[in-house]
Amino acid sequence: MLSTLSDLTLMAPELWLAAMACVVLVADVYAGGGRGTVAYLLAQLALLGGMWLLLADAVPAPEALFGGAFLRDPLADVLKAAVLVLTVAVFAYARGYLQGRGLDRGEYYVLGLFGVLGMMVLISAGNLLTLYLGLELLALSLYAMVALHRDSLEASEAAMKYFVLGALASGMMLYGISLLYGVTGSLALDVVARAAAADASDPVMLLALAFVIVGVAFKLGAVPFHMWIPDVYHGAPAAVALYVGAAPKIAGFALAMRLLVEGLGGLQAEWADMLVVLAVLSIAIGNVVAIAQTNIKRMLGYSTISHIGFLLLGLIAGTRDGYGAAMFYALTYALMAAGAFGVVAIMSRRSEAELLDDYRGLNARNPWLAFMMLILMFSMAGVPPTVGFYAKLTVLKAVIDVGALWLAVVAVAFSIVGAFYYLRVVKLMYFDEPPEEAAVRAGLQAGTVLSANGLAVLGLGLLPGALLALCLQVVG
Amino acid sequence: MVPLSHYLILSAVLFCIAVAGVFLNRKNVIVLLMAIELMLLAVNTNFVAFSRYLGDTTGQVFVFFVLTVAAAEAAIGLAILVVLFRNRRSINVDDLDRMKG
Amino acid sequence: MRYVYLGIPLAPLAGAIVAGLFGAFWPRLGRAACHWAAILGVAVAFALSLVVLWEQTLGGGEPWNGAIYTWMVSDGIRFEIGFLVDRLTALMVTTVTFVSLMVHIYTIGYMHDDPGYRRFFAYIALFTFSMLMLVMSNNFLQLFFGWEAVGLVSYLLIGFWFKRETAIYANLKAFLVNRVGDFGFVLGIAAILAYFHSLDYADVFTAAPMARDLTIEVLPGLEWPVITLICLLLFVGAMGKSAQVPLHVWLPDSMEGPTPISALIHAATMVTAGIFMVARMSPLYELSETALSVVLVIGAVTAFATGLLGLVQHDIKRVIAYSTLSQLGYMTVALGASAYAAAIFHLMTHAFFKALLFLAAGSVIIALHHEQDMRKMGGLRRYMPVTYWTALIGSLALIGTPGFSGFYSKEHIIEAAHGASRWGAELAYWAVLAGVFVTALYTFRMFFLVFHGRERMDEHARAHLRESPKVVTVPLVLLAIPSVAVGALTIEPLLFGGWFGEAIRVAPEHDVLAGLAAHFHGAWAYALHAVRTPPFWLAAAGVLTAAVVYLWRPALAGLAVRVARPLYLALVHKYWADDFNEIVLAGGARRLGRLLWQVGDVLVIDGAMVNGTARLVGMVAAVARHVQTGYLYHYAFAMLIGLLAMTSWLLGLMR
Repeated sequence: MLSTLSDLTLMAPELWLAAMACVVLVADVYAGGGRGTVAYLLAQLALLGGMWLLLADAVPAPEALFGGAFLRDPLADVLKAAVLVLTVAVFAYARGYLQGRGLDRGEYYVLGLFGVLGMMVLISAGNLLTLYLGLELLALSLYAMVALHRDSLEASEAAMKYFVLGALASGMMLYGISLLYGVTGSLALDVVARAAAADASDPVMLLALAFVIVGVAFKLGAVPFHMWIPDVYHGAPAAVALYVGAAPKIAGFALAMRLLVEGLGGLQAEWADMLVVLAVLSIAIGNVVAIAQTNIKRMLGYSTISHIGFLLLGLIAGTRDGYGAAMFYALTYALMAAGAFGVVAIMSRRSEAELLDDYRGLNARNPWLAFMMLILMFSMAGVPPTVGFYAKLTVLKAVIDVGALWLAVVAVAFSIVGAFYYLRVVKLMYFDEPPEEAAVRAGLQAGTVLSANGLAVLGLGLLPGALLALCLQVVG
Repeated sequence: MVPLSHYLILSAVLFCIAVAGVFLNRKNVIVLLMAIELMLLAVNTNFVAFSRYLGDTTGQVFVFFVLTVAAAEAAIGLAILVVLFRNRRSINVDDLDRMKG
Repeated sequence: MRYVYLGIPLAPLAGAIVAGLFGAFWPRLGRAACHWAAILGVAVAFALSLVVLWEQTLGGGEPWNGAIYTWMVSDGIRFEIGFLVDRLTALMVTTVTFVSLMVHIYTIGYMHDDPGYRRFFAYIALFTFSMLMLVMSNNFLQLFFGWEAVGLVSYLLIGFWFKRETAIYANLKAFLVNRVGDFGFVLGIAAILAYFHSLDYADVFTAAPMARDLTIEVLPGLEWPVITLICLLLFVGAMGKSAQVPLHVWLPDSMEGPTPISALIHAATMVTAGIFMVARMSPLYELSETALSVVLVIGAVTAFATGLLGLVQHDIKRVIAYSTLSQLGYMTVALGASAYAAAIFHLMTHAFFKALLFLAAGSVIIALHHEQDMRKMGGLRRYMPVTYWTALIGSLALIGTPGFSGFYSKEHIIEAAHGASRWGAELAYWAVLAGVFVTALYTFRMFFLVFHGRERMDEHARAHLRESPKVVTVPLVLLAIPSVAVGALTIEPLLFGGWFGEAIRVAPEHDVLAGLAAHFHGAWAYALHAVRTPPFWLAAAGVLTAAVVYLWRPALAGLAVRVARPLYLALVHKYWADDFNEIVLAGGARRLGRLLWQVGDVLVIDGAMVNGTARLVGMVAAVARHVQTGYLYHYAFAMLIGLLAMTSWLLGLMR
């Protein structure tokens, strides 16, 4: 089928990003001494341009391209916008770190842009092939990014673990996809959806479901498919952990929405049962094991796992409110994670400040940085009036509305346990003596972005209505 | 003509061998890469078989894409392997244990 | 108009943020920038509140009641930020922003050499924001937010000089005493939520008459009307915030804060929040005779007893602080007599002249290099003419000299207490009447000791005496104008014209002010008529006594102390209220607390539950982390187990 020009304008952001990623790649080869600067500026330009193309032409109603392989709907637009905004912030945080650690080459930004492209394709996936390609483009970029620090033992080990487990997960998911193709005779998600709704008890279909859940759960990092998260966050350079921790969670949510909700919505009862187990395990293990951590990146990794458990709760509810709540959770969690890892990246410019002890007395060394971290930690712990509280509340409300009170109780109990390790960070920053007196400087760029990030976490907690309404509107 | 089920069983067996290869092998990382490759081939077998059986070519198109991705994946896997070897002078799976807990 | 309303609280907030955050983290942003940011914010708020006042009165605007933002909806109850703008609000907002603006300007001079200059401006602008949110609220949630926020800022400001031990003690005390009040307040709000299922004023007021006959079993066998319980609980909150006996002990100690704070927070605005709240809740209070009687009696006791304490203080700010307590008692009496309009009227006039007195005292304190003991003052009239004249105006207004603003408001409170027919009104009438003499006595004792008589300061201080700078004296003059004039100008509409409309609801059978209206023939006639009433002569007697004892025959003071020794001791020890609190309440609470702590906390909660749980969680965490072995094949195995568990579960569903 031939695509008209107007079809292509609908995917202009993706085309632009793909072209710009190649431009950055080439420019990086030819640019002279301050190579990182050129790549950085071009990369930010690429993201902002993509943002502009996306918003200039936001679609009011779903549109399908390439015979339904590529979907452009309001859900996709909102998620893509969030991915782009977060990546702008991530690059701004990462810049100082990369310069300080001698990694300031174009690779980070090129891989980052390809990853964004992968996420956007994944978000727009209308059939299983597009979905798979988006997912792999993101995953391959991430594997390479984790190994960015070539002389680091931890980084290369983390990259290898991530690669093997990721490939295993995508292999399993692909096997599931092949079964789905066999049962339904089509790769298009809407055809799959019709088949799933028509015959929910086909054993091959259920087998396929189990396999694709592995892919979704791995991407999100739900127990027992979570084991890569602590090691990757720990081993990867802070700037990469920052990238991995933020926007890909939104992509993970998109994957779940496209595959489970839109594709296999007919099997909601079945996969919700699976996810209940994954969610409870994630919340429990994430929160409990985080307490035993001494490395802040690892701790944030376990914290991610517990937050993913909360996100899954929204999907489990299976209502429009639930999906909206899960989306709100994904967006705001990615925002918090970007901020928290941003602080870690700012702190790690001279050497990897990854131990909790490195954060002792941060208030004396840079009060603003400490205050932003305080807001982020409160938000992750779910203390009102930060957005973390509100996100948890909406998810729990959705779960309670469908009558799963026990799930909400379990989730709240473990998040109270979890509050301990977030507050420990606050205690270290404010009440302990700093290991050294030297002030920490964030720099104008990272400082401004961090301020905006922290205040957004606070502001969205106070005024969550608009974003929540938007989430509910686009998932409906 | 060979019935569909034969292909599916073959593919399932390949897949199981691959998965077993990933977690039974404790020595050589390269074997892991091979196991991953095998897993993708099992999936390809599935696709081709279904495609033939359904008389629909999209499955075969998918196979092309999987092959391409597999090539890219292998390249990145080997690159990481090289980096790992440079740092550690070993590609023993058992040695990948610096980070845990 | 909505944006005008929104701008009123937001402008000071913006000022506070600029002055606070930017001042703290970008020290290059100078001191001047900080105070300009804060002053500009408050000035904008003042200008906007004038617009609102104009719109509500002359402009003929209707009261506005609406939500600005819905925070969340839970179980059908809406948690909102919203404004209720009627004439009561407009009057309060204008008063608050005007006094706040004066205090902001004055602060430039008063805090000139303080290292915490920027912090101070951030705090007072933040305070202004909180107070405005409280006053403009249209629901209990926001009222509570404002209530706690002003309390928090007050707490921070009392302890502003946090290196002084007394300041720390004072802010701790204010904090604790206010928690007692807040406890009642929260319970009151909870009761409202439970019975009316709404936090919105309008809903609650509409539903309240229907709930008149509901009762609740407070103790086994003791049935109380729900409305009475709610009113009493809310009034406990007002007692804490507006420092009514016995929760008054924190206010005199709060004078440890800088003087502009004493003027703004602990005299003119925050402490009147309780009065405002009760007036706002008039539709509820009107339904409960019992609650109003309690309000009346508490007010009467406060008005008289705390006034007496002002007689024996030597610290100039403490005298004014006790005077504030006593005047708050007057307002409470007015509330209890159902003369809500009179209470608000007195609140407004008092805000002006009390802020004036505090700022004048501050001016004296600066001139004497932070000396507050009146025994080391005297004869300052010659050195500080502007301060002298403005302080005189403030004092005359305070004692209720005919023609001055305080006269009109106080006189009507006395009349209202006289006219009220509920239980306790008799007592209240005599208490407020006697209070007039006491007020005049302590006010002019202070005035004479400071500005007249022998110069008792040391030579060094005398050499440096001079009038305060313009930033100090201009606010004094600007506050002196309303202290004189606002009463005569506004009494007629405010008290007798039904000016407040629906904002204040008085049951016809309680309406004492309506009875007074018959005898009122214009502000001037009223002032002239005053010569034939007892309060005038009592006040004159007070001034005369003060002049005799402290100006002409100083020996008499010593004689009086000897003659009335028990009374004197009682006053010096503030009726032993602090000692009582310290030994009986605090001591008892500590003993009980220690017992509970040892048995309950140490053994059960800490030992078994908290530490036990914490230890258990810690152990579980330490064990669970070993699942993450670091070995790739274990990770892969976990994934495989997960996959197998899911497939077998799903295929198990088949059978």
